[in-house]
Amino acid sequence: MATDYSDILSRLCFHLKQFSSPDVVIAPETDLINELAIDSVKLLNLVMEIEDEFDISVPLNALADVQTVHDLANLIHHIKSAKQ
Amino acid sequence: MSLLDKLDAVAAARKALLPEGLDVFGMPIEEVYSATEARVGDRRILFLGTNNYLGLTFAPECLKAAHEALDKEGTGTTGSRMANGSYSGHRALEREFAEFYHCHSGIVFTTGYQANLAMISGLAGAGDVVLIDGDSHASIYDGCRLSGAEIIRFRHNDVADMEKRLRRLGERSQSTLIVAEGIYSMLGDQAPLAEIVRVKNAYNSILLLDEAHSLGVLGKTGQGLVEETGLIDGVDFITGTFSKSLGSIGGYCVSNHPQLDQLRYISRPYIFTASPSPATIASARAALKLLRDGTELRRQLWQNSRQLYARLDALGYQLGPQPGPVIANILDSPQQALMLWKGLLDHGIYVNLILPPAAPEGKALVRCSVSAAHTSEQMDHVGNVFAELRKSIFQ
Ligand SMILES: Cc1ncc(COP(=O)(O)O)c(C=O)c1O
Repeated sequence: MATDYSDILSRLCFHLKQFSSPDVVIAPETDLINELAIDSVKLLNLVMEIEDEFDISVPLNALADVQTVHDLANLIHHIKSAKQ
Repeated sequence: MSLLDKLDAVAAARKALLPEGLDVFGMPIEEVYSATEARVGDRRILFLGTNNYLGLTFAPECLKAAHEALDKEGTGTTGSRMANGSYSGHRALEREFAEFYHCHSGIVFTTGYQANLAMISGLAGAGDVVLIDGDSHASIYDGCRLSGAEIIRFRHNDVADMEKRLRRLGERSQSTLIVAEGIYSMLGDQAPLAEIVRVKNAYNSILLLDEAHSLGVLGKTGQGLVEETGLIDGVDFITGTFSKSLGSIGGYCVSNHPQLDQLRYISRPYIFTASPSPATIASARAALKLLRDGTELRRQLWQNSRQLYARLDALGYQLGPQPGPVIANILDSPQQALMLWKGLLDHGIYVNLILPPAAPEGKALVRCSVSAAHTSEQMDHVGNVFAELRKSIFQ
């Protein structure tokens, strides 16, 4: 089953909810570090969860360019499409 | 933000967390009395946060060897192992490490940090994968970065989680380096080596085990977890440090793969740094002999470790999952950890304070490191202080 970007985005937002306080609104342009307060350690743990949720390998090196929720969803989409 | 502004932000964050006038990190030690005692300011303190597991820093054999090497060969080698820094002592220690592990060959590095950097970046490169435990030491993370390989983490000591990640890699598992530690520096627990070896064999990967905290501590002759479990043949590369049970400074790697020697020509952390000083090497050589014959030291170390672990456990402290010389008290907040750390220091006991982000899972740790040079009475005393602080901090 092909997973499209919007599906990935909504599943990712659902996951990010668990990492942030309930009143935070998560949108594609939300900044992971500054707005969701996902520090370096939390981000590393989030990556493991994402790997399991989407059944992919996300090398930590790829995170260098990830700043927003959109960047992360895009990365997942990219890895997933390359695999299929 | 300018480069210097960034450092100001770091300073502000530290200031917000730590009380004024307290040297939590880099505490100034004025005088060292023995393997377990020193002076800080005007008070005598008990060291319970060093990695001097066998208490060999003042062993007469090591002091004598270091003095002799100093007089004979000078204060430093002033050169890389690759150039003029491979004295007879460096080469002899490499042979002695290989012999000690019954391995084909060994390499000596300037520190354990560099041993991990050198090995990981020498083995893996762009296009390869390094699969590491989530609680890995910083030297392992840094080695991965230097390598340029893809870095994947698995959940701490969870082999099913590790296997899942190898499976996802498909064919690439064959160009994957798995890295684990004999005893983990943060929580003091041991890697499930039998399971790790089984999985790495099934996926044709390569396994590097860092025995930094287990050398001298585990196994009949002190080889580490490989000896404790009888699994040395399942591990491709073993790294470790002289800076803990050997009471010196330096690092090593041993292996049965003859290719190990090639790292001398390609590994930057081996090449672009000066070799350890002659005295450092001489004391490490003397210490390795004592370590190998150190059955009695290990017995004392484990007795002390079990005694303190059991006492803290009974007091209700949340500890790492397994008794051993590294005893981590896991605290819910940095403030609590700081209070406990300060309380211990006020009672003349020095331990390590580990705050986020260095502590795993965002927790804060107050970590004790036990030595064979501690006495049972000292462990009792430490237990009593922990009991008293438990009342005042957690009432
Ligand atoms: C697991 C581990 N590996 C490597 C090192 C680095 O050793 P060294 O002090 O020789 O640089 C340490 C020490 O801090 C460690 O805890």
